[in-house]
Amino acid sequence: MARKLLLEHINVPGINTLDVYRQKGGYRAVEKALKTLTPDEVVEEVKKSGLRGRGGAGFPTGMKWSFLAKPEGVARYLVCNADESEPGTFKDRYLMTYIPHALIEGMIVSSFALGANTSYIYVRGEMMPQIRILEKAIAEAKNAGLLGKNILGSGYDLELYVQPGGGAYICGEETALLESLEGKRGNPRIKPPFPAIAGLYGCPTVVNNVESIAAVVPIINDGGDEYAKIGIGRSTGTKLISASGNLVKPGVYEIELGLPVEEFIYSDEYCGGIANGKRLKATVAGGSSVPILPANLTLKLANGEPRLMSYESLSEGGFATGTMLGSGGFIAFDEDQCIVRNTWNFSRFYHHESCGQCSPCREGTGWMEKVLHRLEYGHGKMSDIDLLVDVSKKIEGNTICPLGDAAAWPVASAIRHFRDEFEWHVKEPVKSLDTNYGLANYAEPIAKAEVTTGD
Amino acid sequence: MSDKVKVTIDGITVEVAPGTSILNAARQIGGDIVPPAMCYYSKLEGSGGKCRTCIVKVSKGSEKDPRPMPKLVASCRTTVMDGMEVQNITSPEVIEARSGVVEMLLINHPLDCPVCDQAGECDLQNLGYEHGLQKTRYEFERRTFERIDIGDKIQLHMNRCILCYRCVFTADQITNKRVHGILNRGDHSEISTYIQTAVDNDFSGNVIDVCPVGALTDKTFRFKNRVWFTKPIDAHRDCPTCSGKVTLWYKGEDVLRVTARKDIYGEVEEFICNTCRFDKKKTADWTIEHPTHISDASVIASNHYETLKPLPVIQDNAKLQLANKVELEKTTKF
Repeated sequence: MARKLLLEHINVPGINTLDVYRQKGGYRAVEKALKTLTPDEVVEEVKKSGLRGRGGAGFPTGMKWSFLAKPEGVARYLVCNADESEPGTFKDRYLMTYIPHALIEGMIVSSFALGANTSYIYVRGEMMPQIRILEKAIAEAKNAGLLGKNILGSGYDLELYVQPGGGAYICGEETALLESLEGKRGNPRIKPPFPAIAGLYGCPTVVNNVESIAAVVPIINDGGDEYAKIGIGRSTGTKLISASGNLVKPGVYEIELGLPVEEFIYSDEYCGGIANGKRLKATVAGGSSVPILPANLTLKLANGEPRLMSYESLSEGGFATGTMLGSGGFIAFDEDQCIVRNTWNFSRFYHHESCGQCSPCREGTGWMEKVLHRLEYGHGKMSDIDLLVDVSKKIEGNTICPLGDAAAWPVASAIRHFRDEFEWHVKEPVKSLDTNYGLANYAEPIAKAEVTTGD
Repeated sequence: MSDKVKVTIDGITVEVAPGTSILNAARQIGGDIVPPAMCYYSKLEGSGGKCRTCIVKVSKGSEKDPRPMPKLVASCRTTVMDGMEVQNITSPEVIEARSGVVEMLLINHPLDCPVCDQAGECDLQNLGYEHGLQKTRYEFERRTFERIDIGDKIQLHMNRCILCYRCVFTADQITNKRVHGILNRGDHSEISTYIQTAVDNDFSGNVIDVCPVGALTDKTFRFKNRVWFTKPIDAHRDCPTCSGKVTLWYKGEDVLRVTARKDIYGEVEEFICNTCRFDKKKTADWTIEHPTHISDASVIASNHYETLKPLPVIQDNAKLQLANKVELEKTTKF
């Protein structure tokens, strides 16, 4: 069994209560950090650990913390981004439901490191049960003297608040989240200034994902160097993967980064293979906004080496043959799934969730959704495929926030890898309504590039 | 060492104060290299960054950090750094991305210019003319809304709106009570007053002037005339609430509408009050200054009475003279 850091005690009954959590070694990190370390030493440990943001972009957390401006007399804030709404990602909800204290412990240590005396957990509005769980856990921690004034006699004060959002996907973008937290319309801000300089109420703010904050706990317990030993290369530590789709055992798994994708899909320890004895057609490796890959490129790199679950290996080959780890929402499609329909479904989501602030995303997402709907329902034209590629190019990189990119990538990648399936939808409009294209050649071994010497 | 920073835009170097945006630096140079702006408005704090038509390529970040910026940036919200090099019309990448933005802005626009009061002085029309495609590739129904009256003087025609947020910023900053904002999300978001209440204050009429398209129109001028048939004259009056400096738009001897004076980028110089705008429509109310200068590129500038004379090519040709009989008779009348 691979090493578990976050979900080690997930199956202990009552781990959601403070008593059981403490019996299992919980809140050691708070005691260690507040009593023996200075805030800068905590930041240094996190830097050493090489922890990268678990929300999608993979930016090193320690670096992010060290960018925080520290002007005299201005409050600093830590905001936990629990607005998890990426289709295919449900790890944060799992963590908050079953071990809420891991998040709260991480929040205390991280807030201490950043010198924040008020911190917020911004939870997506649909997750009302999780909000109740967190509020209960915060009350427990407060009663035990772990929150509030003078925590554990260290002289450090921290107030922790849970703020429900309105359930908009865009509020997972950090500046939109801050706007929403301030009580305004959740529109992303134009950067710069970045939140590290002017964030919540104009004060320096750090926004971190739930899992990043929870991962601070084992880093402080075992030391950053120890954490950095797990994983591979610059992808250190463990990562929660939300596996869904046509798998035998979908669910949330904690993996050591560097696990081969093939082992993750097929081994009994993890997903246990494709359900109903079918074959794998495609995967989306990191939540709906990352490029989709056919089975052959999921399991193997373009040069034939096995692909690993790590930030680097998944993005190997750029967008031509690679994808991204993103937030770890791993969706598997079996041979009976229609890629066109799936792309339309994703596109529908982004159309619905676009905030409408900047024109390429506001208009382009709707346009792509309408064209894909037409293709899926048998009214498409051959020129639609190139039109989609062109529209996605016009959105990508020209928007205020990454939602435009997130809407453009799935469409562009689906057409890049599954163009014959799109063409089949145009050529066989009636047939494509009740049958689907099948596995085709998407699982066949990748043709080796031959080296030719030009004489 | 001067406290100015040097920035090069399309090969032209200019020294500007630190903190200036690329767009404003380009405006100091002037000419063709100024990026178009649909949402940025220098008089409105916080505006800009939304329409993405002003995107430019930063090919060199600064003297200290010469790396280019990875993406195209909105020039209205990016500040210049010393030694920055910017490409606007010299970069094919920028031109393509901008025409993409123009296409996006137009796909849900009704293109009802023939019946739109803004036609002739519409920023989107100019932009579409300069960058747009001949034909649309959009083959779906465009979004539609009901027209809303915001008070008795202003009409909101949401179909034409490009969601530049200028009027929202105006409502925020010029007026003392915010009653005006955005409802809904994505491509069905709309400008609205809360539950259709009237915008009721002395400066509400300025939302008409800041609107780059025909979404907010003056009900006292609606369908009265095409702007290119009217003659703009600068005038002023003693106004207790505003500066009283306006442009009067004449047709014959009648003042058809009153607007604030606009600069070459279509931005008002000073906001005017509703009394000046809607109620003072007699020549006697105003002290006339001089005809407003209109750019030669504008369709309004074509309204010179001498062009009523038939072109020389007609005067020389008997066949054409016959075909243009009515027009020729008109000139002899004048």
